[in-house]
Amino acid sequence: MKIIVCVKQVPDTNEVKIDPVKGTLIREGVPSILNHDDANALEEALKIKDENPDTHITVITMGPPQAKEMLQECIAMGADDAVLLSDRALGGSDTWATSNALAAGIRKLGEYDIIFTGRQAIDGDTAQVGPQLAEKLKLPQVTYVREFAMDEGMITVKRALENGYEVLKLKTPCVLTAIKELNCPRYMSVRGIYKAAKFDIKVWNAADIGVDLAKVGLDASPTNVYKSFTPAKKGKGVIVEGDTAKEIADGFISDLKKKHII
Amino acid sequence: MDFNLTREQQMIKKMIKEFAAAEVAPIAEYLDAEAEFPKETVAKLGELGVMGMPFPEEYGGAGADYIAYIMAVEELSKVCASHGVIVQTHNALCCWPIFTYGTEEQKRKYLPDLLSGKKLGAFGLTEPNAGTDAAMQQTKAEDKGDHWLINGSKIFISGGGIAEVYVIMAMTDKSKGTKGISAFIVEKGMPGFSRGKKENKMGIRGSIAAELVFEDCIVPKENLLGELGKGFKVAMTSLDVGRLGIAAQALGIAQGAFDQTVAYMKQRKQFGKTLDKFQALAFEMADMKTRIDSSRLLLYYACNRRQKGLPSTVEAAQAKLACSETAMYVTTKAVQFHGGYGYIKDYPVERMMRDAKITEIYEGTSEVMKMVISGDIFK
Repeated sequence: MKIIVCVKQVPDTNEVKIDPVKGTLIREGVPSILNHDDANALEEALKIKDENPDTHITVITMGPPQAKEMLQECIAMGADDAVLLSDRALGGSDTWATSNALAAGIRKLGEYDIIFTGRQAIDGDTAQVGPQLAEKLKLPQVTYVREFAMDEGMITVKRALENGYEVLKLKTPCVLTAIKELNCPRYMSVRGIYKAAKFDIKVWNAADIGVDLAKVGLDASPTNVYKSFTPAKKGKGVIVEGDTAKEIADGFISDLKKKHII
Repeated sequence: MDFNLTREQQMIKKMIKEFAAAEVAPIAEYLDAEAEFPKETVAKLGELGVMGMPFPEEYGGAGADYIAYIMAVEELSKVCASHGVIVQTHNALCCWPIFTYGTEEQKRKYLPDLLSGKKLGAFGLTEPNAGTDAAMQQTKAEDKGDHWLINGSKIFISGGGIAEVYVIMAMTDKSKGTKGISAFIVEKGMPGFSRGKKENKMGIRGSIAAELVFEDCIVPKENLLGELGKGFKVAMTSLDVGRLGIAAQALGIAQGAFDQTVAYMKQRKQFGKTLDKFQALAFEMADMKTRIDSSRLLLYYACNRRQKGLPSTVEAAQAKLACSETAMYVTTKAVQFHGGYGYIKDYPVERMMRDAKITEIYEGTSEVMKMVISGDIFK
């Protein structure tokens, strides 16, 4: 079985601050990490490989040259191959342009049974690239996968909903987007690390993947970031205290009345 | 001269840091309170290759370099010094002598399970009357023709009773002094081998230390490790490797306590300002950071020499002396800077100060390190 996992290198949002004047992310000195949901996507592929050792996993990303470091870490976790799509012409791509580039890269990779992606990246939070990729490759897709099982080529997944889940069956090839509930990503192993550091990661430019330059990059992107800002801080919450539930409810209602909310 | 970490070392550091934060930090306080051995996390470290890091893949090792291995001990010890010493004792004092002095048969028999972490290893040299004066071994091994008969006891043995494979020193010829000591591989379950008293320690309470008792213990003939009468050399050279690991453990404790103190000082307010704004305290932190970083340089230098196959006994002693004294200095200050909160168990610096003390004692006391270093100066 051949599996492709789409991953993204993102700034560690626990460390990111926003420039109050420009409204942009301050990226200097912020460590880059493998996007969390993408780690879940890779882990699910690795679990399949644990069960079926002849499974071949390729991780693919689009990004600047330093994204190689994240791909090395994917190899250290157990992926078999890694591809970096890197070209100035691809810079500034929005989700539509990104999925065009990824689709072109995946077509060049050739055959596959499953494409796993993370649900969304913690920097943009759009959750669009996975579904767009499925559309462009004309594949069935299931988003928000929280449980995965496979039996003789038939895939059964649980798709998380706000108030429950749906169970869906589908055939390969398909695109599945993973959420954190799906699994717990493994650590890199020591042996994996020593293999990864010497691993020859493929770097493909726009010409290599034969993508139409009118469909990638900043100028081709139909969406632009209009403004980034930190939402105004909400006021401090109030904890209504009391000895009984009735007392607490009464206190709460009288507060709402005082403020003419009810 | 290159002070940059290799990509492998960077990734090892990152991997262990993530592991320590997610798996070790949440249980560190519990292990200390209950003096419980962290069986599950040690098994996981084995799966990741940490229990056989600086050994070649052909015996089941991970093929890592010494600096990467030392970083793993350091990163674990930042969060829990017990984990640090468990990894270090197993790697340096059991796997290393078997790898270095073992016959091909011994290596094939013991290393795959040890290096994959399936079995834990330990080391027995210290006796009630043979501490720093290790030549005063009273445990004896008699040649009974088709087997060795061992009688005696070992004390303060890290992993005692939990480990499955032990490298044990015993006298095979009392008249020859240190040249009458030989090393043996003893397995848990061998007849006449049992665990004695489990020690109630000040620190590193998650790492179990116990007495080992040998009562007419029968050890197969082929379990002599290295040559007859060369056990003292096996022990001393193993301790050279062990000192790097203990230095790394001490360094990790120091860095962990330092980091905790930095975070505390940024949020603790007295007299209307946070502690980091008091220059008297900030200057002491500058001093601590300098001690930590200079100790680290000595340690990495010693590891680098070992990695290159250069003599490193004196350098390892210097590293161990500097790192362990830094650990004690920094943790004492860390408790001081936390004030009353530092003295209670709600903050980890209290545990770290207790954990630090042992690093000045085991694998050779600070005084022994000074004997090694001064012996080299005035040779």
